[in-house]
Amino acid sequence: MAKVKRSPWLLHYDGSSCNGCDIEVLACLTPVYDAERFGIQNTGDPMQADILLITGGINAQNQAVVKQLYDQMPRPKVVVAVGVCACTGGVFKDTYNILGGADTTVPVDIYVPGCAARPQAIIDGIVKAVDLFQQHMDNHEEFLKNPDEYMKKNHPEVDFKKGE
Amino acid sequence: MGKRSVVPFGPQHPVLPEPIHLDLVIEDEKIIEAIPSIGFVHRGLESLVDKKNYKEMMYIVERTCGICSFMHGMAYCEAVEDVMDVEVPDRGKYLRTIWSELSRMHSHLLWLGLLADGFGFESLFYQCWRLRESVLDVLELTTGGRCIFSVNKIGGVLKDLDDDMIKAILEAVSKVEVELEAIKKTFLFDYSVESRLKGVGVLTKQQAHDLGCAGPFARGSGLKLDMRLRGYDAYKDLDFEPIVSEDGDGYARCYVRTMEIFQSIDLIRQAISKLPKGDIAVDVKGNPNGEAFVRVEQPRGEAVYYVKGNGTLFLDRMRVRTPTFANLPGLVETLKGAQFADVPLLILAIDPCISCTER
Repeated sequence: MAKVKRSPWLLHYDGSSCNGCDIEVLACLTPVYDAERFGIQNTGDPMQADILLITGGINAQNQAVVKQLYDQMPRPKVVVAVGVCACTGGVFKDTYNILGGADTTVPVDIYVPGCAARPQAIIDGIVKAVDLFQQHMDNHEEFLKNPDEYMKKNHPEVDFKKGE
Repeated sequence: MGKRSVVPFGPQHPVLPEPIHLDLVIEDEKIIEAIPSIGFVHRGLESLVDKKNYKEMMYIVERTCGICSFMHGMAYCEAVEDVMDVEVPDRGKYLRTIWSELSRMHSHLLWLGLLADGFGFESLFYQCWRLRESVLDVLELTTGGRCIFSVNKIGGVLKDLDDDMIKAILEAVSKVEVELEAIKKTFLFDYSVESRLKGVGVLTKQQAHDLGCAGPFARGSGLKLDMRLRGYDAYKDLDFEPIVSEDGDGYARCYVRTMEIFQSIDLIRQAISKLPKGDIAVDVKGNPNGEAFVRVEQPRGEAVYYVKGNGTLFLDRMRVRTPTFANLPGLVETLKGAQFADVPLLILAIDPCISCTER
């Protein structure tokens, strides 16, 4: 947490959760658990969000919504799957309508287990997401300083000059 | 007369904790028609009866909804107990009542907070949720879980209350009672809150009856509908009168739910003072054969459970009708003619629980 220089904004979307994780996410943002002390802020606008927090599994109808929310967020972005349904599909993974966890649709960085996930676990996930977001930002700054050197060092397989 | 246009509302929206989509046909700022479309949270929970046996279904049923999880489990248990002719011991019935009322308290406090957030009163939202945590603490102490606490089983309950726990419950409800008195003054008598709620989204008694509304939404319109009057569990021994308001607007719904928290506190105290001694559960043998309907009063209204067994471990059919499903036609009716800016408030006013509705 020491290196964190920015305040990422957080977007919460309820996939097909039973509400248990949703209300725990909301409880995290209220003063008792107060996740906002880590510099994050809850927002309703995907275009201003840096961290996407998904609760619940993915079904046929909300898949497009989750995909669209993810695409609308500016880079770099971090995705946190909260609760066992968002991680794997949970108890509902055998039903006809659930495709699986959030990683069936968007790349997930951090998995928070639990049914329902406890506020302490959610805060842990959020802190990890804030750290990861800062890492992405550091990499981006390093890239901007000297693109050639950065790509040679971190992604030698990509021929940067060809614009790949 | 202005030009008509269609504004999509949801599924992702800042005030909505859960996804619901509405197509709003508007004329200037006035709503002419609202067309709801749901299905974003549909999991196909009822189909799991093929894969899980009737005891394992308990775990699934409690995950219909994370807010009124206990009451879903309880209704399912009572339906299966009805089929199997199992009589729950009195102490088990009283414990179910106590946990039901604690669930109702935390659900209504949650709703009051969301409503305050809906009309832009953020500090009030935080106050309600802070108060709700003291209810959750006592739930965690007595059951081990914060929002989904599996303490029901077919034939009774899994955990007993000892004297320390009973003392903790009484202390917690007294604390909520004192602090809610202060919050109540803001909700019911504050000028700016009144101006957002009074006369907004009026649903008359006749309309509420015709559209089949349930729970606090119907009681706010003057219908005396409360499944607890049916006298299931310990409610037959407890003294209470449903809280009804005649106005049918947002203020009436807020009034009903605020006063119901006080009513729940009273019911918990009555149940604890009459708490009988004895067993908390009975052993259940055999498989369910037959069918049963059970109606219970959840925080959002009447929930109906239908269970049909065929003498094997696996049920033939399980069906849930949840209160929000009954309240959606009423919501569409209240939206007609409302101002566009009031839409989030009106949706919150029915206390929608989409995950219950879509299962």
